[in-house]
Amino acid sequence: MSSLHEHLPILQILVPLFGAVFAALTRSGVVAWGIAAIASAIAPFISAGLLLHIIDTGQPISYVMGAWAAPWGIEYRVDLLNAFILLLISLIGLVSIPYARKSVAAEIDPHKQPWFYTMYLLCLAGLLGIVITGDAFNAFVFLEISSLATYTLIALGRHRRALLSAYQYLIMGTIGATFYIIGVGLLYVATGTLNFTDLAARLGPAMQTYPEPILAALAFMTVGISLKLALFPLHVWLPNAYAYAPSFATSFLAGTATKAAIYLLIRIHFSVFGTHIVLKTVPIEEVILLLSLAAMFIASFAAIFEANAKRMLAYSSVAQIGYITLGIALANKMGLAGSLVHVFNHAIMKTALFFALGAMVYRTGMAGMTGLSGIGRKMPITTAAFVIAGLGLIGVPGTAGFISKWYLAIGAIDHGWTWLVFLIVLSSLLAVIYVGRFIEIAYFREPSAELASAREPPTSMLAPLITLAAATIYLGFDTRLTGGVAMRIAEYLLGGT
Amino acid sequence: MTGWEVAADHYNYYVTIFLMVAGLYIVIARGNMIKKLVGLGLFQTSVYLLYLAPGRIIGGTAPIYDKNYEVYSNPLPHVLMLTAIVVGVATLAVGLALVVRISEEYGTIDEDEIFAKDEDQ
Repeated sequence: MSSLHEHLPILQILVPLFGAVFAALTRSGVVAWGIAAIASAIAPFISAGLLLHIIDTGQPISYVMGAWAAPWGIEYRVDLLNAFILLLISLIGLVSIPYARKSVAAEIDPHKQPWFYTMYLLCLAGLLGIVITGDAFNAFVFLEISSLATYTLIALGRHRRALLSAYQYLIMGTIGATFYIIGVGLLYVATGTLNFTDLAARLGPAMQTYPEPILAALAFMTVGISLKLALFPLHVWLPNAYAYAPSFATSFLAGTATKAAIYLLIRIHFSVFGTHIVLKTVPIEEVILLLSLAAMFIASFAAIFEANAKRMLAYSSVAQIGYITLGIALANKMGLAGSLVHVFNHAIMKTALFFALGAMVYRTGMAGMTGLSGIGRKMPITTAAFVIAGLGLIGVPGTAGFISKWYLAIGAIDHGWTWLVFLIVLSSLLAVIYVGRFIEIAYFREPSAELASAREPPTSMLAPLITLAAATIYLGFDTRLTGGVAMRIAEYLLGGT
Repeated sequence: MTGWEVAADHYNYYVTIFLMVAGLYIVIARGNMIKKLVGLGLFQTSVYLLYLAPGRIIGGTAPIYDKNYEVYSNPLPHVLMLTAIVVGVATLAVGLALVVRISEEYGTIDEDEIFAKDEDQ
C-alpha cells in the first residue's frame, strides 16, 4: 500500500522542481510568482510533517529511489538533523515569497521575471536536495543545481558589478564543488560505497587499510564545503555576491545557501567520518577553531569600516558563520547544539535585516550608509525591525542571538576553554559597533533631501519583515523549537562515540 | 614490486593529478575570463579520470550478466561521471553566458582591466 505520506521525502524536492518547470513555461511575472508561492507554501508543511513524524517515532525515515535498495540505489534519509534544516530552509522560502512580488517587480525587467522565479525554485529544490539526500554524489548534484541557480540570481542584479560577482562566485563555487567530488571519489575508491550510512559503517575498517586516501578525502571535502559555506579565508566571493544581487535574492540566499553547506559539513564530520576519525587523527577541529575566531574578528572589523550597508551585512554574515563553525570545532554537546541553534537564529535575523534593507532600497534606491541618513524618521517600522534583528545579531538578552551565544559559551566552558567565552563576548562588542553605527545614522541625523518622498514599504514587504523581527524576539524566550531540538540532534550526532 | 613498477602501475593517477593541478593553476594565474573557464573545465575533467580509472579492470567486460564472463568492470563510476559531465557542461554554459554579458557591459574580458574600469567611476 502506498500513501502520499510515505512519499513525503521525494515530494519535498519534486514540488519546487516541478514548480520551476512550470514557472519557466510562463511568460508572465505574476503567474510565475503564483507558482513559486504555491511551491514555497507547500514545502514547509512537508518538512514539518517529516520533523513531527521523526519526533513521534524516534526513527529516521528512509526513502529508496526507484525501489533500488539502499547502499546501491540513492537513498533519501531524513533524521532529526536534516528535518530541522529542511524546516528552516522551507520556512525562509515561505516568508520570502510575499516579499518577492514587489521587490522583484521593482528590480527585474518584466520579461526576465518568470526566469527569475524559475531560478529561485531551482535554488530552493537544490538546497532542500543537499539536505535531504543520503548519498554523497547526489548531494554534489544538488549542490551544483542550487549553485548554478544562485549564480544566475546574483547576475540579475541592477549594477554591472553583479555580473562580475556572479562570475567570481561561479569560479570559486565550482572549485569548491569539484574539491568535494574529489573527496567523494577517494572515499568511493577506499570503501566502494556512496551512501552516507554505509560509508559511516565502512570507514572504520577501511581506516586500517587505507588511512591516507581517507584523510585526503576528509581534507578535500572540508575545504570544498568550506568554500561554499564561506568559512573565513574562503569567503571572498560572499560580500560582493550579496552586495550586488537583487534584494530578494540576497535575503533568501543569506538565510539558506550557507546553511545548507553548513549542514553538509556537520553531516560529513559527525555522521560519516565520526568524531573518532575527525578528532583523533588530524587537528582539523583546531584549524576550524582558528579560522572561526579569525572570521569573528576580522570580518566584524571589515563590517565596521564598510560604507555600503548591504556589504556591511554580508561581512557580518561571514562573522556570524564564524560562530556557527566555532560550535562545530568545539565538538561537544552544548557547542554543537549552539551551532545548530545559531544556524536557525542567524537565518531568521539575517533574512530580516536584508528584508529591511531591501525595503529601504525599494523606497530610496540607495544602499550606502550615508544615503540612508535619517531613514528612521521616514520608515520607522522598517528601521525598528532592522534594529530588533540587529540587536539579535549582537546577542542582546531577550533576542534569539543571545540564546545561540549562551549555548556556545557553555560549550566552550564544558570544553575547558573559559578564555573562549571572553572572545565570544569581545567579538559581540564589534557587532555593537557596526549595528550601532547604522542606528546612529538612521535615527540621529537629519533626513537628506533624497529621502523626502521615502515612506513605509507596501504591506506585502512589511509583513514578512515584521514576522521575522517578531520571531527574533520570540525565539529569544521560547527555545523549545531551536534549543530543545538542537540538543536532541547534538546528542544523536555525538551518541555513536 | 620495484619503484619503477609501482610508478608504471599508477601512471594514470600521475596524469590525473597533472591535469588537476594544471587546470587549477590556469584558473588562478590567468586574467582572461575565457582562459579561466578553460582551466576550470580542465580541472573538472581531471576528476572524470580519477573516478573512471579505478572502475576499469584489465580483461574485464561490460557488466552484462552471462555465464561466459566472470570479470566485470564497475559501471557505477561511468554513470556518476555522465552526471558530472552534464554538470560541467551546464557550469561552462552559465560561465560563458556571464562572460558574454560582462564583455557587453565592460567592453573587455580581462579581470585587471575590468577592475580598473570600475575604480575610475
